[in-house]
Amino acid sequence: MKKSFAFISLLIVFVGMEFVAFSQQQRFPKPEFESGYTQPVTSMPAPRDGMFAILDVMVLIAALSLITWFILKRRSRSGVVAVSIFSILYFGFFREGCVCSVGSLQNVVLALFNPGYHIPLSALAFFVIPLVYTLFFGRTFCAGVCPLGAVQDVFLMRPVTLKKWLQKVLGLIPYIYLGLSVLYAATASDFIICRYDPFVGIFRFNATFFMFAIGAAFLLISIFIARPYCRFFCPYGVILNLVSRVSKNHLTITPSNCIQCKLCESSCPLDAINKPVAVKQMEDKRAATRRFILLSLIIPALMIVGGWTGANFHENLAKVNSKVRLADELLHFDSKTMKESLEIEGFRTSGKPAKELYLEASEIVKQFYYGGWILGAFIGLVIGLALSGLSTYRYREDYTPDKGNCVSCARCLKYCPVEKD
Amino acid sequence: MKKDRRDFINTCFRFAAGAGIVGIAGVLAVKSQKGDFLWQLDPSKCTQCGRCATSCVVTPSAVKCIHVYDMCGYCDLCGGYFRPNVKNLSTGAENQLCPTGAIKRSYVEDPFFKYEIIDELCIGCGKCVKGCGAFGNGSLQLQVSHDLCVNCNQCAIASDCPSDAFSRVPIDQAYKFAGFKSNKKI
Repeated sequence: MKKSFAFISLLIVFVGMEFVAFSQQQRFPKPEFESGYTQPVTSMPAPRDGMFAILDVMVLIAALSLITWFILKRRSRSGVVAVSIFSILYFGFFREGCVCSVGSLQNVVLALFNPGYHIPLSALAFFVIPLVYTLFFGRTFCAGVCPLGAVQDVFLMRPVTLKKWLQKVLGLIPYIYLGLSVLYAATASDFIICRYDPFVGIFRFNATFFMFAIGAAFLLISIFIARPYCRFFCPYGVILNLVSRVSKNHLTITPSNCIQCKLCESSCPLDAINKPVAVKQMEDKRAATRRFILLSLIIPALMIVGGWTGANFHENLAKVNSKVRLADELLHFDSKTMKESLEIEGFRTSGKPAKELYLEASEIVKQFYYGGWILGAFIGLVIGLALSGLSTYRYREDYTPDKGNCVSCARCLKYCPVEKD
Repeated sequence: MKKDRRDFINTCFRFAAGAGIVGIAGVLAVKSQKGDFLWQLDPSKCTQCGRCATSCVVTPSAVKCIHVYDMCGYCDLCGGYFRPNVKNLSTGAENQLCPTGAIKRSYVEDPFFKYEIIDELCIGCGKCVKGCGAFGNGSLQLQVSHDLCVNCNQCAIASDCPSDAFSRVPIDQAYKFAGFKSNKKI
């Protein structure tokens, strides 16, 4: 026993000496060669050219301008398909799905909340430029420039109309996804949109089986249901939807005046055509208004319930953060029964005191507590608005695109028999 | 009349949205002036867990072993090249530590040997790095090879790294070598 102790202490001294020696001099000093050997240079390959990022932004602007021209001026669906295929090839397969506008949302949030983070200029441009185009021309970005939308759009063969209630319910998911991704980006925990991007694995040909299966499932579904990811998941689509509602020159189904011929009625695979509202329906307006006011009144209650629920889940939400996870793991670590995980081993070798980690983790958990309140209140607000929105009627004579949900895919245009005057 | 009111509200919202977008863009554009940032692997924190080989979105991984020749001792018995307890110091596959045979050993002069990494074969598993660090000078080090790195938004290895060795750094600090006085610029 004593002997082994002596040996260990000797080893510690030895190792300690070794470290001192190492910091001054190497264990095996570099030889002085006599044969005139010249040492190769340590390779430090230069990063990919920064010009690529500028090229990406240029291509984005060009593609957006082209597709907007095709939709609004030429009113041609084939032009949209051409741009879609180009986007799938360039932004999808060539640029491997990165940088994309959907994910750039998280960079923007992280940059807003985290002063130490410098957002790449290309990511900022990819966030802002589609928004500006949407503000003027509607969601032409979604129509075929976004590779994620384009790849689903070209798969659409046999569109099936979903029940209205199902669309409404599924349509709430993007808001929740947006809230979660903002929460995780703001706390610098994770970029969940990038992590669970269903098509990026296909664009890169190297997804894990799980992600590949999800991507393939989305593509199979999009044969029948138009753009499932765009409509029921995409968090950037939420922002574009809101901006597009106030857009200046949105696509119109008819180039001139609508004659209510009903030909375009079922042409939209996304169910984004507003049908004329009959006068009979308008007569019910009083009851509807009363219902609207009643439903609006419960919005604050929904927000409080949502916020309370979110705040109760804040510890579970915080588990996504790697620091919180490590602190949790370390706290429950029992060296007798458990095998040390790589994370704990890595933390131990870093020599950082555990207390410091716990302090940092508790700080992050606190952020998640407030974040949980905000996220929950946001979800409550969205559900409340969706509910009260069900009882609003707006008098409408013509068939018009729903400016929020319409992605300007231009499918309806060829159904309109009216000639441009 | 009714139509006009609705148009007016729409215009108000449009301007509000436009102002919001321009505001965010303006604030962040000032912040993004600092130039591009890249992912850097700090070898002094690296524990050679082997996740660099599997977590990267690029296959094979953009993390490669880089040989810092200035630190190399040109040993005959190289801890990064040979398996532990190797009987025979030859280039036989059964003696090599590297699973893909990505290290080329060549004779320089007695008793020194040169070791070169063949980048195309290296998968970034870090076995040689561990060996060299344990028995030698630690001249083999894992680094992000920036010609291969696609500079993801959120580096997949960084989020899997158990020792927090990855960080975003300005472009002039892209490479960092441990135990080496000054970090060379690219």
